[in-house]
Amino acid sequence: MRLLDRKKVGYFYWLIRSPRSDPVRLSDRKKVGYLSWHRPKESWVPLVAEILRFATAGSVDDGKSTLIGRMLYDTKTIFQDQLEAVERTSEQMGNEYTNLALLTDGLRAEREQGITIDVAYRYFSTPKRKFIIADTPGHIQYTRNMVTGASTADLAIVLIDVRNGVVEQSRRHAFIASLLRIPHLVLCVNKMDLVDYSQEAFDKVVAEFRDFATKLDIGDLTFIPVSALVGDNVVDRGENMPWYEGTSLLHHLEQVHIASDRNLIDARLPVQYVLRPQSDAYHDYRGYAGTISGGVLKPGDDVVVLPSGFESKIASIETYEGPVEEAFAPMAVSVRLEDDIDISRGDMICRPNNRPHVSQDLDAMVCWMTADAKLEPRLKLGIKHTSRAARVMVKDLQYRLDINSLHRDESSTSLELNEIGRVTLRSTVPLFVDEYRRNRDTGSFVLIDENTNNTVGAGMILGES
Amino acid sequence: MSYELSHLRELEAESIFIFREVAAEFERPCLLFSGGKDSIVMLRLAEKAFHPCKLPFPVMHIDTGHNFPEVLEFRDRRLEELGARLVVASVQDAIDTGKVVEETGPRASRNQLQITPLLDAIEEHRFDALFGGARRDEEKARAKERVYSFRDEFGQWDPKNQRPELWNLYNGKLRLGEHIRVFPISNWTELDIWQYIQAEGIEIPSVYFAHQREVFERDGMLLAVSEYITLMDSEEAFTESVRYRTVGDMSCTGAVESDADTVEKIIEEVSATRITERGATRADDRVSEAAMEDRKKVGYF
Repeated sequence: MRLLDRKKVGYFYWLIRSPRSDPVRLSDRKKVGYLSWHRPKESWVPLVAEILRFATAGSVDDGKSTLIGRMLYDTKTIFQDQLEAVERTSEQMGNEYTNLALLTDGLRAEREQGITIDVAYRYFSTPKRKFIIADTPGHIQYTRNMVTGASTADLAIVLIDVRNGVVEQSRRHAFIASLLRIPHLVLCVNKMDLVDYSQEAFDKVVAEFRDFATKLDIGDLTFIPVSALVGDNVVDRGENMPWYEGTSLLHHLEQVHIASDRNLIDARLPVQYVLRPQSDAYHDYRGYAGTISGGVLKPGDDVVVLPSGFESKIASIETYEGPVEEAFAPMAVSVRLEDDIDISRGDMICRPNNRPHVSQDLDAMVCWMTADAKLEPRLKLGIKHTSRAARVMVKDLQYRLDINSLHRDESSTSLELNEIGRVTLRSTVPLFVDEYRRNRDTGSFVLIDENTNNTVGAGMILGES
Repeated sequence: MSYELSHLRELEAESIFIFREVAAEFERPCLLFSGGKDSIVMLRLAEKAFHPCKLPFPVMHIDTGHNFPEVLEFRDRRLEELGARLVVASVQDAIDTGKVVEETGPRASRNQLQITPLLDAIEEHRFDALFGGARRDEEKARAKERVYSFRDEFGQWDPKNQRPELWNLYNGKLRLGEHIRVFPISNWTELDIWQYIQAEGIEIPSVYFAHQREVFERDGMLLAVSEYITLMDSEEAFTESVRYRTVGDMSCTGAVESDADTVEKIIEEVSATRITERGATRADDRVSEAAMEDRKKVGYF
């Protein structure tokens, strides 16, 4: 049995950069037991990387699987045994080339029917970042899957076949990305090899998309001409498009600035679990455990607890490693207060001068995700919002949104599977909500069918109604 | 001012969130522990989630009876440290009472036999949520499995009928007799696990480090010579410097040739390797392309 050095590592040594503004120097990292910097033969291990979560959207023939396969392959993420298995299966299925889609299509039904059923998660890293891909299929249940994959994404990649230009599906993908408020959108104009790497063809697609994007709320939009098959501008720039002055897709993914995307202003801590050790060592200890949903909390801060409205001060912010001086999203901590207040799961700790809306009436965009029932006025559902569970009743469907034309159909009386609409809801208890555009954690909720227990709706809060 | 967490801290925070969420919403959770590196990391994460309280759930080991002795010793010592309650569900007992029948032949494995004692224990203890250390990078079927993965009253997983999982809002509503498997380290990779073990200075069983062992080659894997496995005529035992990338049932877990005797060297080896962890070391996944999916559908981890 081997006992490794058990060095006590303080929480903030783990930060990419210290919150005290100076970057942690390499020598400091070694001192606190970080991995030593070295370069193994075939890949390069990121020691302290950032995570970028991105969703890929595209339809069957636009080369999405090839693009992902190319990224995984060129970053040496695909393993030999996986590749051999895929080659074997491709051959059995009579494919002429290695079908990289088989890398992600793992379920029996998918292999048998050549379709992708569900969101698949893939992982790869470069020296700069760890990437989590939510790969969403393009055909069946499209909206439901893309909304799911997009809900946690920092960035979305939408693929367009340069020969077809902006089609209905590209508009739909871009709209969902903007609805879910993915901060960064990358439009990959693919199959450039098939149009002789023509700048004119690329510019035409860009102009067409820009024209459409003016109707959407997109923070950061980037266009990259690629050939996923040949590899131009995927990982390396390549030499076929000297007229293109931007970076390759992977370089963009490594560089895109995501640190500013999180909310550091509105301090929110939904109480998830109350820690009461009831042991001699921790007599009278009460820690309110939860994950910070926004803002920065510090010991000494004045706070208010919702719904009770009691005010107190933060006595300390605890982690397993010991107390910390600051906590911000998405840190999982436990907070102790100076006063003994009755607080339970579902309560919210925030600052007295910066509170979420406390309301039983919600105005929200809802994506309906089931074929078993329709969303219509008077329907009663379960709701989960932060750590709070309650029941809601649908008061009104204001309009159904046609996600292809963005037309608002106000005559609509119900939402069906994969439809999106603006809905007002009344909940049994007050919820502590922010606008989704301001905070994805306190601005989102899911709706639950009380008969089947299924998750049947995803909601993004616009405000109180 | 920069408020960014390293990838390990962000993964850790996500896992802690999941542990707390399940402990808050379920009546009788339980943590599955195999003694492998993933479940050791899971124990550490659970410890962090509830510090300074003790774990608010017991730890269950599905004991195939074919254990590495180092792993059992480690299990008992670690759980005593944590003051955690251990539940053992034994495959040997299930065989002795005739609930399952031991496979025969040189390729016999108790892997499949774990399902019955696992499901029986869930029923007996009325567990409604079982934490497991499965990761999505391990295997194709797992890449599509939710963090909260539902099991019906027969313990079955239905991959085509999974609840959508959005943001960090997990829907834990269950009907009587159903339970969920929860995978808090879904988004970790093998490399993340090793980096975390190093950064945290976590102790792991010695079989993970390079050591001399008597092995033989079967289906391109090195299996340990032990009382639980019979050599076939063409197979010959030899001594090699090996280590384990996964620790499971001795009869179907393969070793890899390695000189990596420190965590640093293991990280170097893992980051340069070209073969997946399960591909290199699990005979049970070699049965077919969908072997894992098929086992999961009938109640496997």
